[in-house]
Parts: sequence; structure tokens; C-alpha cells
Amino acid sequence: MAKKRGTGMAAVSYPIGMHLGGDPTGALVHATSGGNFVVAMSSVDLGQGLKTVMAQIAAEALGVPLDTVIIDTGDTDTGPHCSGTGASRTTHRAGNAVIAAAKEARSAMLDVAAEMLEVSAADLETDGKGNIHVAGVEEKSVSVAETVQAGTFQFGKTIAGRGLFLVPKSPQDPETGESDPHSTQAHACTVAEVEVDTESGEVEVLSLKSAYEIGRQINPELVKGQIVGGAWMAIGHTLCETTAPYYPTTEHAPLDFLNYGMTGVAEMPEVECELLEFPSPSGPFGAKGVGEMVANSPIPAIVNAINNALDLDISDIPVTPEVILRALDAQAAGAD
Amino acid sequence: MTAKLVQLTVNGREEHIAADGLISLQQVLREKLDYNTVKDGCTQGGCGACSVLVDGELALACLLPVSRLEGAEITTLEGLNESNSAGVIQESFVEHSAAQCGFCTSGMIISAKALLDENPTPSRDDIMEAISGNLCRCTGYLPIIEAVQSAAGKLAKGGDGE
Amino acid sequence: MSEKHKIEAGHAVGQPVTLRELESHVKGQTVYYEDVKVPRMLHLKVHRSSVAHARILDIDTSRAEQSDGVVSVLTYRDVPATKVWTHFEAVGIAPGAEPILALDKVRWKGEPIVAVVAESLKQAEDGAAKVKVTYEKLASVFDVDAALAPGAPNLFDCWPDNHYLFPDDHAAAQIRFGDAEKAFAEADHIVEHVYNTRPIEQAPIETAGCVAVPGSDGRFTLYTNSQSLSNTRNNAAEIAGISPARLHLIGGTAGGGFGGKVDMAIEPMALLAAMKSKRPVKYRFTREDEMTVSSTRAAWRVSIKDGVMQDGRIVARYVTTHQDVGAYLRNSIYGAFKHASHMPGPYTVPNVSADVFCVFTNRTPSAAMRGFGVMPASFAIEMQMDRIAKALRMDPWQLRLKNAFRNGDMKAHRREVWDAALVETIQATARLSGKDLPEDYKQMSSQKRLGS
Repeated sequence: MAKKRGTGMAAVSYPIGMHLGGDPTGALVHATSGGNFVVAMSSVDLGQGLKTVMAQIAAEALGVPLDTVIIDTGDTDTGPHCSGTGASRTTHRAGNAVIAAAKEARSAMLDVAAEMLEVSAADLETDGKGNIHVAGVEEKSVSVAETVQAGTFQFGKTIAGRGLFLVPKSPQDPETGESDPHSTQAHACTVAEVEVDTESGEVEVLSLKSAYEIGRQINPELVKGQIVGGAWMAIGHTLCETTAPYYPTTEHAPLDFLNYGMTGVAEMPEVECELLEFPSPSGPFGAKGVGEMVANSPIPAIVNAINNALDLDISDIPVTPEVILRALDAQAAGAD
Repeated sequence: MTAKLVQLTVNGREEHIAADGLISLQQVLREKLDYNTVKDGCTQGGCGACSVLVDGELALACLLPVSRLEGAEITTLEGLNESNSAGVIQESFVEHSAAQCGFCTSGMIISAKALLDENPTPSRDDIMEAISGNLCRCTGYLPIIEAVQSAAGKLAKGGDGE
Repeated sequence: MSEKHKIEAGHAVGQPVTLRELESHVKGQTVYYEDVKVPRMLHLKVHRSSVAHARILDIDTSRAEQSDGVVSVLTYRDVPATKVWTHFEAVGIAPGAEPILALDKVRWKGEPIVAVVAESLKQAEDGAAKVKVTYEKLASVFDVDAALAPGAPNLFDCWPDNHYLFPDDHAAAQIRFGDAEKAFAEADHIVEHVYNTRPIEQAPIETAGCVAVPGSDGRFTLYTNSQSLSNTRNNAAEIAGISPARLHLIGGTAGGGFGGKVDMAIEPMALLAAMKSKRPVKYRFTREDEMTVSSTRAAWRVSIKDGVMQDGRIVARYVTTHQDVGAYLRNSIYGAFKHASHMPGPYTVPNVSADVFCVFTNRTPSAAMRGFGVMPASFAIEMQMDRIAKALRMDPWQLRLKNAFRNGDMKAHRREVWDAALVETIQATARLSGKDLPEDYKQMSSQKRLGS
């Protein structure tokens, strides 16, 4: 009886966006006379950071400071349609809608500034710090706040913009499956290192090392949060989680967290990740998406590592201690 | 069933609660007294989202019948916010991105506070033990452990996060 | 704000900006749907089927109606318009088959039959427990093999073989690309195996829920943690037989989701109850509901047969997948299409055939979870890649790099790859983990195919 170590790897791609298209998402941007830019949406933040990412995209596309951007989301009366948070679609779909709306609002803002400065709007730039100036002549400038005020009280012009991003429907051909099913692909590869106790059947994941390619990262801190959280979720999916522990029987189904085995805090290994950036032409500022895929490469990597450690052939999840001990018994019986 | 009148101190305020049967501390705090930081993730004692301090000790509000808490002093995260006594922990949680959806976070901060009150220089294992009753489905716990470690370090240095 | 989160002024994209709600999260001040206080709110509890498969002979709600605090009791008779979920019928891909509240049959243990609305949750629970349903039990099937066996008990008249019928009456979502049969005949090795996953729960720490509030203007406000507000609005309106213009959904801040809040199951029930009771109604899943009656990830069975050449090239891949969708379809066909289109994974295989079945069993219905359809595909493919490597005594890294798709390659769904980066991702992981690759493998690129 011993502890045995093994390593395993897996490489995956993930198709970004609602499969088969036809999933619109919109955004409306307007400047308030108080100096903020409000982005109205009906999209949902589940904790992944939609509001943060949309604010970054809006600030960049408008050319205004991040802290002046308000994300007003989650209201079907004030926000345009959103087809929902799922399929790693919101950064891509909502991000593109926000860019379109912000560009239109920026153009209206620059038109007002051009009248104030008596120049052509085409000659104007924003510095992202709250100022608009003539390209190459920084002293010839007005502030964004002054421009919004002037638009409202002097020129009678709304500084606002509309965006709706829609990927056309692409139904799958019933015979061949031909379709245009996604907007871009993200990639990941994970190496798992495990130690298996052959007496108890317990698996300790020692490390998970991954590289991800998810287009341009809008927010590396939030991307890392998804990858680390997904690595943890993957360990649970691989080693213990199920609502049907003796599938196909329906017996012993958990009713609570005490009996639905999720990985505990102590079982979480260090997670290393490296990000490659291959900006996607279809994504907002080259972004793809990351939320859906983060358990997909760790799960098979861990099972491959267990098989590597024990010279086994396990091909079902979850790989509970019972599964391992039975497999080891069968292995021993076969060797006899 | 007759209601029993129970006197509690919640975040320094005296409250008189008519406690019917097995009404839990969680129901009283959330529904009667509007302490929204006390979350309801399972009502089974399994997730830690309703964690509060009872006489300074960590407790799961969903498992405590109010009728047994006569004279107890209850502290919810609202109370810690008012006294700013979890400020350093909260700042560390922000610095380490130790929350995503935020639903478990109130309970997590309460557990971290209970730990650091009891043990100002916890090891990594102590921290993991302390938050083992608080489930988080988003972060994978690593940023939370780092946040608590960092808060402990700051408190050891000067107490106010310097 | 720490050094780490300082952002370069003027550029917001690409910066490690702190999560916007983090300051409010750590103070417990983020407002979730349940934190909105609504006066005179009622609570809803559903009486659910206690058996896996039965004809309903009688539903007796008389004792529930008399129970303390009960305000209203809803059965299928109170569902005014369509009696079934129709969100897929609307897009023309599936007939509505899942009743909002059971009609004449139940097909899984936990199927909703009666909704009881009362002043307190306890009173709603007590009332729901007093509903009496008389069943004539039917034989049940709990996995794909049992469901597909000849003479198996049948769940739906419209699907006589217990599997969904895809457009043009195809039994499966199909991929047909190249000539797999011919390629198998010419392959040096055949490697085949079956991979399985079991049902799991999304388990966000905040359970799914909604508060429906009648307004004085004839509209209803729904506070919800749905992952999809606009679609949920339209679906709830259709079930209630009213215009979606009369619904106002407020949400956008949820305590986790992972696919567990895309079912649109909560809101229509709360809305119907609010309409009948003429008062605000809260309906939320308990944790036990989440574990037992909310949609799980399906059990997926993925069988892969590969034709492989001695040098490691995969020349043909057959995939047969059975998704045990449980008693009702929900959005399982979406997962099936996504799974099929993902085949043969991020590798270039010139001959591919895939069939993805949605099979009905008397289990809790399944639906989306993080990586819907793709996760079981990736799991099976990556287990299979190691199996091939072992069979050929080849390094698993080299096997993957050799077969990884490159820009310009044709995928099985007949679109050229244009944004590949798998080769570079594998190479980066090799560097990160200290795996030494041969020089020619280090030189590989997604831009073009060298040597091999």
C-alpha cells in the first residue's frame, strides 16, 4: 500500500457565443447632466464581473474616465434586449453592443466639442482623463464635463448612442451538421499532478498548471478569478460531485451540502496559469471569453493523471475513492 | 403554540422578539429586523452564508432557535461595518479579489473576524480550518486564504492596515 | 486601493480593474433580489409528485384550501394559456411537452402538480403537504439503455422511442464529414472506448428565486435572479397568456449561476400565483429543491471510435453520444447541437461522423451547466487522446500537437478554422510544467502545418 504519483494533461478549445446565433444583445449609452455616462442593459452579472468589464469597454470606446461610467443593468424596461448570461457570450455579444453604443455617443460628444472649439470633429481626440483636445494641440481643449453641459444647455444636443449586436442564425443542417456555430474559439491546456493513496482510494491534486488563450483580456484579474475558480470546480466534478452517486439508481441522492460532496478548501492546490493573447477580430477589443471553459481541461487532465499514477483505465467521472479501490481490486485480480 | 418573549442585543441595540416555536435567529435577523447581510444559502447549516457572532463566537444563525438565546449579544456584518472593526479584513478581501458573486462574502468576513479575534497569527491551515464551514462556489478559495493571511499580517503590524 | 489594482489613466481595457461590486460585497451591501422588501408578500410551495412515473387519477386540494393561512391553490386549470413550456416551440425546434403543473401524467419524482400560496412559508408548506394525489403507477426507466430497450415504458406519445426527434425526423443531431467508413478501412489502428459523466448540481450559493408583484397599472414587476431576463419575461408572459409588455423584470445581480438559473421555471409560477392571489408572491427553491428538483447536468455517455495511422494521425472519428436528459427536454437539444458541432474537438480529422441522442428517462430533467455540451465532449476526447497515445506508445503531447487544428483546416461542421491557438497553448503549458518537447514540435504553429 502506497501513495503513487502521476501526471496527466488535456487540451481543449471552447466555442464562444450562443451556439447557432440569433441571440441579440443591446446597450444604450447616454451622458447625464451630472457628468456620468450611463450604459443601460438587461444583461446579468452572476459574479463573473459583467458590470466591471462593460464599464471598461465603455470607458475605452467613449474615451472617458472609467469612474464616470455607470452600468445600469438588469431592468427590462430601461435596458434593451439581452439573450442572457451563458455560453461565454456576454463579454463578446454585450461588449460589441456597448462599443457600438459608445462610438455613437462619442461621435455626438465630439460634434458638440467641435462647435465649442470651432474646429472639425475629425481633428479631435480624447485623453481618457476627462478632456477633449485638438490632435497635436493639447492646450486647445475642453473637458468632457463642459462638453456635456454645453450639449444640454447651449446646443440642445443629446449625447447618446445605441448598440445592438446580433449574430445571424445559422441552423445546423439536419443531415451533415453544417453550420456556423460559434463566433470565435478560445483555447486551454492543463497539466495535473496527483497523488493517490492506494489504501484509501483518495486522490490529492498536487498542482494544476494551465495556459489559456482567450483573445485579448479585458480584465486579467477577473480572468484569473475565473480560471482559479474553475480549477476548484473541476476537482469537485472529477473526484466527488454527483446528485446520483449510484446512477442509474436514484438511491442515496443528496438533499443538502453535507451530502453533496464539493471539494473542501483544504483540497485546493496551487493553480498556475499563463495567458496567451491572440486577439479575435470578432470580439470587443479582441476579446473572446473564458467563463464556460475553465473546468474543461482540468477534468480530463486529472483523470489522465490518476490513470498515469496507477496504470488504470478509469473513464467515468466522478472518480470517487470507491471507484479507485474497485479498479485497483480488478487490476490485482487480472494480474493473478 | 405560545410565543415566548426573548430579549437579545443585536449590534448593540436591545431587541424584544416574540419567539414562536423554533423560529431561527436567521429568520429574525433577516425578516423581522432587516439585517440583509445574513444570507440564506441553505437553511440547513451547510453553507455558512448566515454566519454571525453570538457572544463573540462564530455561529450559524439558521440553526439557532431564538427561544434559546435569551440575553445573547448578536453581531452581524452590519454591526462590524458600523464599528469598522472588520475594515482591515474587508480591505484585504478587496485587494485579493476574494469575492465574485458576493453571496457567501458576509459569512466569510464574519468567519475571518472570529478567527483573527481568537488567533491573530493564524497559519494557512488555521485559516482553512476557520473558513471550512463557509462554502464559496466561485473563487476556488485561494484568494480568500490570501486575503485573510494578508489581513492578519496588517493587523500584526499596526492594527489599522498600515 | 493597492498598487496591484492601480490602472493606467486613459486606458481601461486590459487593466486589472477591481470587480465593481467588491466594496459592497465585503460589506454585505450588494442588493440581491431577495433583499428587496415587498409589503404583504405571500409565499409559494409546490406539491410535487412522489412517484417517478404515473397516471394521475385524482388531485384533491380541498384540505390544502382549508389549511391555515392559505390564500390560493393553483392546479393546471389555473394555467390560462398554454399548459406547457413552449420556449422551444417558439423557435420551431420542439413541441411543448412539459406541463407547467401536471396534467394527466407525471414523468419524474418531483414533478410539480399543485402550487399552494399562503401568508407564510411554513403555512404554504403545511398546505402543500395536505394535497392528495391519487396515482396509477407506471413502469419507469432510469437510464439510456433501459429507455432504448425494445418494449421499454414510453414517456411521450409524440416520441415513441423515448428519444427526441431532430429536424427531418433524425434520431440524433448529426455530423457527417468526409468518408469515415473508407478511412477506417485504411487505418493502421482502431481505438475505441466509452466515457461517462454523472448528473451534477450547479449549486450557486444563492438558490433560484423570484418575487412577483402586481402593480396598480395592470403590469407586474418580477424581482429575479434569472440568468436571462428578456427571454424569461417573454416566456412567463406567454405562459400567463398576457403581453410581455405587461411584465417588468428587475435583476442583473445574482449570487452565482453556473447554468442553474437559466431554466425560467420560477418566474411563470410566481407570476401565475400573483395574478390569482392579487398580491405579491415569492417563490424560491430551497437548497433541497436545488439538490432534488432543479435541473442537473445530464449524465452523458460518449462512445468514440477512432481510425489512427502509425505516425499518430487520426484519420477518422466516429462519435455516438447519449445524453440522458431526464423526463423533459428543457434546453437539452441546445446542448446536443453544441456537443455535435464541437466534434471532433480541436483536432483536424478529415473524416467524422457523430450522432448525439437526447434520451428520455424518468429522472429529474437536466439542462445547462457551465460548459453545456462541450464539457462532456472535451472530457471524452481528451481521455481518448491519452488512450490513443498509449496504444501507439506515443507521447501524448506530441499526439495532440500533431493533430491540433491549424488555421485554414476544414472543421467537421464545414467552416475553415481561422483563429486557432491550440498549438501555442500546448507549447506554453509544456514550458510552464517543465515538459521538454522535441525541437520540431517546439517549432510548430497554428499558422501552418510543418512536416508531420
